[in-house]
Amino acid sequence: MTSIKSFMSRQELIGILVIAAVLFIIMPLAMDIFRLNLFGKYLTYAFVAVGLVLCWGKCGILSLGQGVFFGLGGYCMAMYLKLEASTPEATAIQSTPGIPDFMDWNQITALPWFWEPFNSLTFTLLAIIIVPAVFAFIIGAAMFKRRVGGVYFAIITQAIAAILTILIIGQQGYTGGVNGITDLRTLKSWDIRTDEAKYILYYVNGALLIAVLLLSQIVLKSKLGRLLVAVRDQEDRVRFSGYDVSNIKIFVFCFAAVLSAIGGAMFTLQVGFMSPSFVGIVPSIEMVIFCAVGGRLSIFGAVYGTLLVNWAKTTFSETFPELWLFGLGALFIAVVLIFPNGVSGLYQSYLAPLVDRVVSTGKRKGRSDTAPPPSSGFGAETTAKPAE
Amino acid sequence: MFADYTWTELGSIFAMQGFAGLILFSVFVLMALGLAIIFGQMGVINMAHGEFMILGAYVTYLCSNFVEAHFPALFGIYFFFAMALAFVAAGALGALVEWSLIRHLYKRPLDTLLATWGLSLILQQAYRSIFGAREVGVSLPNWLLGSVPLTDIIEIPINGIFVMVLTFVIAIGVYFILFRSRMGMQTRAVVQNRVMAGAVGINTQKVDRNTFALGCGIAGIAGSAFTMIGSTGPTAGQLYIVDTFLIVVFGGAASLLGTIASSFAISQAQSTMEFFLSGSMAKVLTLLTVVGILMLRPQGLFSLKIRR
Repeated sequence: MTSIKSFMSRQELIGILVIAAVLFIIMPLAMDIFRLNLFGKYLTYAFVAVGLVLCWGKCGILSLGQGVFFGLGGYCMAMYLKLEASTPEATAIQSTPGIPDFMDWNQITALPWFWEPFNSLTFTLLAIIIVPAVFAFIIGAAMFKRRVGGVYFAIITQAIAAILTILIIGQQGYTGGVNGITDLRTLKSWDIRTDEAKYILYYVNGALLIAVLLLSQIVLKSKLGRLLVAVRDQEDRVRFSGYDVSNIKIFVFCFAAVLSAIGGAMFTLQVGFMSPSFVGIVPSIEMVIFCAVGGRLSIFGAVYGTLLVNWAKTTFSETFPELWLFGLGALFIAVVLIFPNGVSGLYQSYLAPLVDRVVSTGKRKGRSDTAPPPSSGFGAETTAKPAE
Repeated sequence: MFADYTWTELGSIFAMQGFAGLILFSVFVLMALGLAIIFGQMGVINMAHGEFMILGAYVTYLCSNFVEAHFPALFGIYFFFAMALAFVAAGALGALVEWSLIRHLYKRPLDTLLATWGLSLILQQAYRSIFGAREVGVSLPNWLLGSVPLTDIIEIPINGIFVMVLTFVIAIGVYFILFRSRMGMQTRAVVQNRVMAGAVGINTQKVDRNTFALGCGIAGIAGSAFTMIGSTGPTAGQLYIVDTFLIVVFGGAASLLGTIASSFAISQAQSTMEFFLSGSMAKVLTLLTVVGILMLRPQGLFSLKIRR
């Protein structure tokens, strides 16, 4: 167990076990497959939110373009699935059989060169990781090497999200336009639309999320993780100590981008389509609020925040569509003004001491209740000032 | 792409698109001036800026309906009242927002971004609840309709000219407020050194509130002018916010001249390319160029040399 203790405190271990229990046991028992699939969709946003915790909460880089990476991952997956669905037999009624239907509608007669490699699943899975990472690296290297950060970075990433959306919508013949890539059916001739497949995909998604949480935890507990926080709080001192701040920032930005892309790919698999409405400015900034509601400093909080906001969105926009935007707007303001550390901050101040007492009395009998509070734990650093 | 046209045709195309670009330029300048004041002078990201603009547009719309119904005789000049009202309404809302929201967040610029985004969602929904989701347009008085023929191919719409003249007047006005008035002097003093400005007796909180209100008020005028050339919907503001932020950053955040120059460059590039490419590709190329240049030259076109 020493290997686990090196990157995880007891509270964090409990945190991850609780999430695993919620994902794998409680939710599948409590919900039918329709709701479960819906929550599986929400959980794909949690990948983005965890990435934002690392990037924004820990390192102070606010990216308003995470939808770009979510979309890149999602579109890579969708391109593969679409090609598989567009066999010459299935598309025999088109004027050019064997190409995706929307290309045929747009008078394109041959598969474009950048679609060709997506016939291979291996290439697709690699592309889901590599394309966003390279894209994030280019953006990050261009910006951070010149010491552009803060609000400028936020504005430029937002502009990139806008550009990509306009491009996808404008190039209808190559991307499916505003409808996106729809009507996805099989993965290696395994039908992804059956209930059984949805259960399996939900569990794969959950397992990936747990893996991502563990990986993020390892990064955070490493020296690199401490450097991230140092860069956020006193960038100059890190630089004076001889570290290359820009490389640290580029790494965390790329890491967050890859997490978002994995989320996007799982989104496509579970929902069965991908469209530009998950790429642009509005979805990207909503992803930030998932992270902020969960608590921008806690990777576990990000998962709960994502579930909470999306659940509220679905519930309210079904019953009171008018009120939802007021509620979402108020949520943005409240999370900034009133509880900047989100759900995990509330947990940390009210519930954590109780949980900690229960845990420590169970483990070490006879110790008094006045044991010193843990220095790290579920959403540690909640006393730190919010990132600027 | 030029090969299909003769030289005279190309000349006319450029003139026509150039003029369309000038109208876009006017809208950009009016929006960006307010934003440049708020962002450049105060470092606050106001994502709700577009909604302040739309507030001005709706005030103008209400004014036009009111005057048309009750004082038809004054309809020819209602626009000037409407503009003043739009300025006051947007400015007052701006002051209120500054007091209730922004002043708590001066040290956390990224958080102002999120909070004002929330504000923009609330305002959008409020407009939708009050005015409906459909776009509304104002009826223009007769003297603003029609166009002036310049040559046999080129015609210039009068409302376009009016918006341009208005932009020019407002830009001059902002210059005088910021560089020739006491208020502007105090604003610039606070920007350059907040602590020293406070030490010499400037009420920095009041200056912040006035600056924010001024920026929002100019957005209100922009919205008022916007009604002359297009219709207004609850989400119209959001369409422009990214462009406008890019303009301000591209121009160099604290420089008004830079803002005007970059509005000109971006609007002309976009409008000229629109004729030869599709509208979306023109926008993609323009924005990509701007982002590319910003990556190479992050301080923007015109930068003030201040140590921060």
